[in-house]
Amino acid sequence: MTAIPLTHILVLSTLLFFIGVFGFLTRRNLIAMLMGLELMLNSVNINFIAFNKYLYPEQIEGLGFTIFIVAIAAAEAAVAIAIIINLFRTTHHIDAEQADSLKY
Amino acid sequence: MTDFLHLLHHELLLSLVIVCMLILKLADRGRSGSSWSNLLNVLLLINFAGGLLIEAEGSLFDGMFRSNALLHFEKNVLSLGLLLVGLLATPYLRNHKHSAEFHILIASTLLGMFFMLSAGHMLLFYVGLELATIPLAALAAFNLNRGESSEAGAKLILSSAFSSAFLLLGISFVYGTCGSLQFEQIALTVSGNPLQLLAFTLVFTGFAFKLSIVPFHFWTADVYQGAPIPVAAYLSVISKAAVTLVFISVLYSVFGALQATWTPYLLITALLTIITGNLFAMRQDNIKRFLAFSSIAQVGFILTGILGANVDSEGIVLYFLLIYLFSNLAAFGVAGLISAATGKESILDYRGLHASNPRLAWTLTIALFSLAGVPPTAGFFGKLFLLTSGASLGNYLFIGIAALNMVVSMYYYLRIVKAMFMETTAQPIGKIPTGVAPAIALALCIAGILVSGLSGSFYEHIHLLTLSY
Repeated sequence: MTAIPLTHILVLSTLLFFIGVFGFLTRRNLIAMLMGLELMLNSVNINFIAFNKYLYPEQIEGLGFTIFIVAIAAAEAAVAIAIIINLFRTTHHIDAEQADSLKY
Repeated sequence: MTDFLHLLHHELLLSLVIVCMLILKLADRGRSGSSWSNLLNVLLLINFAGGLLIEAEGSLFDGMFRSNALLHFEKNVLSLGLLLVGLLATPYLRNHKHSAEFHILIASTLLGMFFMLSAGHMLLFYVGLELATIPLAALAAFNLNRGESSEAGAKLILSSAFSSAFLLLGISFVYGTCGSLQFEQIALTVSGNPLQLLAFTLVFTGFAFKLSIVPFHFWTADVYQGAPIPVAAYLSVISKAAVTLVFISVLYSVFGALQATWTPYLLITALLTIITGNLFAMRQDNIKRFLAFSSIAQVGFILTGILGANVDSEGIVLYFLLIYLFSNLAAFGVAGLISAATGKESILDYRGLHASNPRLAWTLTIALFSLAGVPPTAGFFGKLFLLTSGASLGNYLFIGIAALNMVVSMYYYLRIVKAMFMETTAQPIGKIPTGVAPAIALALCIAGILVSGLSGSFYEHIHLLTLSY
């Protein structure tokens, strides 16, 4: 049995990152944009863990960083969802196309 | 133990202030908005004064946290800025039922900036950066019953999280290629192989978003317009100053080996930022959008200064940031007073302001002159030094274009001065009560603009501080 090479994992995480970017840029629902963001952050987590495991197995810096990213992403999502709920209360929509009261 | 207390004294004091605010808020529910503001402003004053007391040099937690006299000075400048914003926010918070939360959130962002400035490791830097931006989104959405404000908050948090993801991807590649996240280790191992260049580009993108460098500036004007004016002032001055200072240390010390790569990046983005900021500032009618684009143009000039990358550059940028803090806070302060009293935010409403409110009109004029860089004010010397620093690379065409843009910026800054002094309107703004706290803050800002322009000792002090680190 051979181990999965590092490049496979990096290809996976890069794909995941850009699927997240694509979702963020094309989705018009603010919650769906937030999901795209989570995908991007999780792909970075995969990167960190893969580098840590394959290249520097004697360290735990990458793993530690991942835990912080997960925690901060949760905080970010909490604040973002609170703001989106408040936006819905005042304007009755959460569509990025309609959130255009601030323009020129 | 004393070492720990001395090196961390800014952060410990500010944490103590935040905890005090939380306890006060829980213990006393009946207080009115204005008495909250007064009480919490006293706490911010204690925070600023306490920060001045101790200076220590060294590092903690295995080099993760660094501190020295220069960092202490930068933190003092930011604390002063927070105090000024707190004072200027009093008329806005007078009738707001969550005025204590406003101060708690804004003080937490400052704590994040302190950790970010002192970071010697990517982890502390990232955590500080997020602590400095997540509460800001909540603050931008602080007018809870106005859709615009929530929209500004949503735009700020989504775009800042998007930029953080790019920054993190860059950091993960830095980790992969360097094997460490310690700033000193990274600086030793950066060699400029293709993956490192990609990593650096991603980190640069993350910073560009936070600093609203063109082409990553689209969120800026929307967020400034929708956010309450004190928050817009804080975003444009203090949060920008903190990120700029970290950006300098990341460019110069962590990625110093890649100077050949980042010089063209900075050159192109600086040019684009100055020109775009100027062109869009000309056609704005809303004072907040106008100040947003003017602050984008100012960031372009700051980049010009960073570009120099010689021994003086860091001191020059720090000096300019200090002047910019005073000038922009004075401009936002006047706009905030007028908006809190009358709700008017259009430049056309400022016509005839000199007749009814001569003091406010003169304050705004001095601030705008300083932002434009007219000689008697400090802004002139700030801009002059920035351009001199940029010119040390010998790229005179670029510096010429930047200097011409200073002339263009004169047009839109003086447009407001002309509206206030020379034009009249059928419904002028009436006499606006200033209040004690905003008056003190505006007086401090004007004193700062004039004194740092007329006396060289400010610059000497900063110059000597940066030379020794």
